[in-house]
Amino acid sequence: MDFWDIASYAAWIIAGGMLLFITLDAFRVSREYDEDLLMSSKEGVDELLKGEKDD
Amino acid sequence: MTDNVTPAAAAGASSKEGGHIALMKVLGPVHVWALGVGIVLVGEYMGWNFSVGKGGAFGALIACWVIGLLYTCVAMIDSEVTSTVAAAGGQYTQAKHIMGPLMAFNVGLYLVMAYTMLEAADALVVGDLLVVVAAQFGHMDLDPKPFVVLTIATLALLNYRGVFMTLSINFVLTAAAFAAIVILFFNVSPWNPGEILKHSELLTDLPYGWIGVIASLQFGMWYYLGIEGTCQAAEECRSAGRSIPLGTMTGMITLLIAASLTWFMATGLLPWEYLGQAAVPLYDTARMVGSPTLQVLLFIGTMFAAIASANGCINDASRAWFSMGRDRYMPAWFGAVHPRYKTPFRAIIFLVPIAISFAFTGLLDQVITFSILSGVLGYTFMPINMMKFRKQWPLDSIHRAYIHPFHPLPAIALFILCVAVYFATFLGYGVSLMSILAFYIVASIWFATHRYKFVKRGDQFTMNWPRPVGY
Repeated sequence: MDFWDIASYAAWIIAGGMLLFITLDAFRVSREYDEDLLMSSKEGVDELLKGEKDD
Repeated sequence: MTDNVTPAAAAGASSKEGGHIALMKVLGPVHVWALGVGIVLVGEYMGWNFSVGKGGAFGALIACWVIGLLYTCVAMIDSEVTSTVAAAGGQYTQAKHIMGPLMAFNVGLYLVMAYTMLEAADALVVGDLLVVVAAQFGHMDLDPKPFVVLTIATLALLNYRGVFMTLSINFVLTAAAFAAIVILFFNVSPWNPGEILKHSELLTDLPYGWIGVIASLQFGMWYYLGIEGTCQAAEECRSAGRSIPLGTMTGMITLLIAASLTWFMATGLLPWEYLGQAAVPLYDTARMVGSPTLQVLLFIGTMFAAIASANGCINDASRAWFSMGRDRYMPAWFGAVHPRYKTPFRAIIFLVPIAISFAFTGLLDQVITFSILSGVLGYTFMPINMMKFRKQWPLDSIHRAYIHPFHPLPAIALFILCVAVYFATFLGYGVSLMSILAFYIVASIWFATHRYKFVKRGDQFTMNWPRPVGY
């Protein structure tokens, strides 16, 4: 087994670890936080848009 | 109409006990530049040269500048509309507010498909480059898959953890890749024609006439494909009205310079017959100079450009998917924001296996073709969108942080150039073009019959705009 074989196995393990981390974190967040809060973002909130003309 | 959420509160609220969570407003023009140019610059390192195979060296130069005009129109139109629609989703959000739900759904789908497939292609490039390195060190037949997955996973984690670090790193990678092109340019003695660059010997007439030039337009898109992705950062900019136009326009100028330099160097060192089918033309150009240092530099530049492109694509695809989820064009579950990192975390995770699946097909040219065609469909919508935007909301009716000049000429030019690119694509990839059109037609039917009933029709229009003229 040479360097590239080891690097290939390491790449699988590291990639798997990172994907596992974000997946578990996403589950944790979904469990700990209220769904309404997680989905409470609004578009169009920008200071430049204040004071526009309205009908 | 807008609610009472202030930018500060939207950016800061993260408690578990209530309030609002929003994407973090931390980006400036530099990050917008890094996002736009970062996605594109890999096209200078590879891909553009297939236009040489279609139209010869001069045909490729015509494609470079004609398609440069197309993207300049895209950048101008995008900058004006996005300086008004300061929301994630970019062209999807523009279409939603100006054109209507069916167009918005299609544009959103174009964006997600274009960026996810481009991300897969970029990861494939990283894997293929490592295969070449391994072969040079005596390890033949290295499997690129673990490195493809590692690239996508690393960049997904980066995007998951926050947009500021993601695009700051993209700035470093992109600036280094651009600097590699400029350094190569100064090493080929452009001020001394004939010493290294042999244009007088290598440049020929158009090998396939003007039809070859038209056919080359499709591959001329590689020089600029993705610069329109800057719009996706609008909701995360400290000042979208300033950052988006500034970052997009400077990005477009950077790409025009990089594209012209790339063409000039490559056509002065490589015969068009070779250049038209080369896998890594800029690296080959560096090899012709004979400097090992330049070879290493251009190899690193290629790697950085591919990684920066994949990174930007994850950012953009996830914002488009997130926005569609938030409006319930897709399941609302995707519209969630991470309470700590302030990123669209579910959209980021959802698109990871899709990108890996595309990459594992190994069909780089098909994946790229599908990505480009999705992009062109998106560009075709822009001139129609712009004409309607100016007509329904004239200049004095709504605040624009940027107003593009010469309207309606850019919109008309963009539409004509899109038609020319469709014709060029039909010449070389007619089946792919028909397949992708069929895919989007089927998707549209699904949206109209099964999905639109879930859309909250009133809630999706959040801009504090006056009633459109004529309504």
